[in-house]
Amino acid sequence: MAAEGAIRSPRAGDRNFRFTLIAPSIFVLLLIGIFPLIYLLLVSFQGITMIDNDTSFHGLANYRRLFDDARLWESLLHTLIFTAIALPLELLLGLLMAQLFIDHLPGRQVFVALLVLPVLVAPIVSGATWSLMFDNRFGPINQIFGWITGEEMTLLWTISPELVYPAILTAEVWQWTPFMFLLLLAALSAVDKSQLEAASIDGAGYWRTFFRIVLPAIWPVMAVAILIRGLDLFRLFDVVWALTKGGPGTMTETVSIFTYVRGFQQFEISYTSAVALLIIVLLSVAILTALRRVELSR
Amino acid sequence: MSLRRRRAVKLALRYVAAVALTVFFLFPIYWLFMISFKTADEIYAYPPVWWPSSLQLDNYLVLFRDGDAKTVWNSLVVAGTSTVIAMFIGTICAYSLARFRTGGEHLANWIISQRMIPPIAVVFPIFLLYVWFGLVDTYIGLILLYTAFNLPYVIWMMRGYILDIPQALEEAALVDGYTRWQVLWKVVFPMCRAGLFATAIFTFVFAWNDFIFALVLTRTEVTTYTVQVTHYFGGQSNFWAKIAAMSVLGTLPIFIVVGFMQRYLVRGISLGAVKG
Repeated sequence: MAAEGAIRSPRAGDRNFRFTLIAPSIFVLLLIGIFPLIYLLLVSFQGITMIDNDTSFHGLANYRRLFDDARLWESLLHTLIFTAIALPLELLLGLLMAQLFIDHLPGRQVFVALLVLPVLVAPIVSGATWSLMFDNRFGPINQIFGWITGEEMTLLWTISPELVYPAILTAEVWQWTPFMFLLLLAALSAVDKSQLEAASIDGAGYWRTFFRIVLPAIWPVMAVAILIRGLDLFRLFDVVWALTKGGPGTMTETVSIFTYVRGFQQFEISYTSAVALLIIVLLSVAILTALRRVELSR
Repeated sequence: MSLRRRRAVKLALRYVAAVALTVFFLFPIYWLFMISFKTADEIYAYPPVWWPSSLQLDNYLVLFRDGDAKTVWNSLVVAGTSTVIAMFIGTICAYSLARFRTGGEHLANWIISQRMIPPIAVVFPIFLLYVWFGLVDTYIGLILLYTAFNLPYVIWMMRGYILDIPQALEEAALVDGYTRWQVLWKVVFPMCRAGLFATAIFTFVFAWNDFIFALVLTRTEVTTYTVQVTHYFGGQSNFWAKIAAMSVLGTLPIFIVVGFMQRYLVRGISLGAVKG
């Protein structure tokens, strides 16, 4: 850190320099971050809907409604289900892949460069791609299942209630496992080799070495990766939008999709403001707690 | 001999696994690209055709003829402009945070936490305000939002890069009579050139790949390519050829650009947590 020697201001005119530097950024962040927040708060106490521009004071009516809105809490549950399944899967698969590539392997650089590509695809495009893959008639997935089972497959991946979750999770895990893989590969490469050798001389087995030496060494990176992916999964929107739009019914509706539908299709302006504030408050608490525990960029 | 053989078998097995994984992760991308070259007959063939008979470009020509390809241009304008602005004001802010510890850890943490709020919660009030100010479906509206959205990332990343460079040169330049701004421009920026470049690329990619902001804040004039892709999903049938071709137009540039940036990838996507 710069703790040892921040440049001391040698001339009087420099005093305001550091504030001049942050001014434009802070201005933009406040404009887009704080100003709308205040506006949200204001609107959430009113009663504006598509048909009624009612700006009178409604007190906590919209907030009370939050608690009775089963669809909201279900969407929160769906989001948590996606997160609870996708996050550990991505982490585990990413770790296994990183283990595979940590030792010398001819052409390793090429493999890594290729494996990274899914991360760079726009999530909405990745959703579109998987809807091509899952097409019941013209997609390759039913075709492959057909080869395996020997009979014609016409599974409706984006419509059948029992298949939509596997379909969305496949797309999600496909896109972000490489992210975990890349970060964990970098972390594994940085593990102190001499410690590993020492452990092997002492006769420590693979698992013992892994839990006692490797895991503690890669944990800081792992924690950051979990934080980033966890927050990304909480805002899950694009892939679900492309594959199911939250359907069938509201079966795969995430919090983001719920908010979008309420705000931009049903135009329940005031109620959506309360929902958005709820999300912001929940997440802010989670983020600030997590940031205090995770060593990000130190 | 047996030890050598065991090693060879192990390497071969790892190789097989590596190839299988690569096939799994690349196949959907292959499928997307390939569909964009197929004729309608091939796309709607049952059983599916696994490679196109020829690399015909009709699906792309249609996009250019109908003007749909302009959405890629819109993406370029908003992502490009917002990147330039965010990079400039973000980097000078990062310099202040890194060198003068302005605001301490709290300010830095607050800034990065701004980026982690779900976009849908942010974009809803922004939309209401934009309606008020007539900024919906304008370049300025989108550019402003992407700039704000990417600023925390730029500040956070550049703060890390600036902390990495030694301070002695800046002090020497000050002693030589450079002004503060000259130090920034002639010493600091050149020294973290690689970091600037890498951060700019990822800032650009985030804006380029965004869907939800563009979905909410565009109508017809500044539609970006990600929104355009979803226009081809119909209630009854989907226009697979257009979906695929439009997706490729938006994806290929990113693949090419980041292909040259491999070295910075890990640091870029881990918010600087891994120096890689």
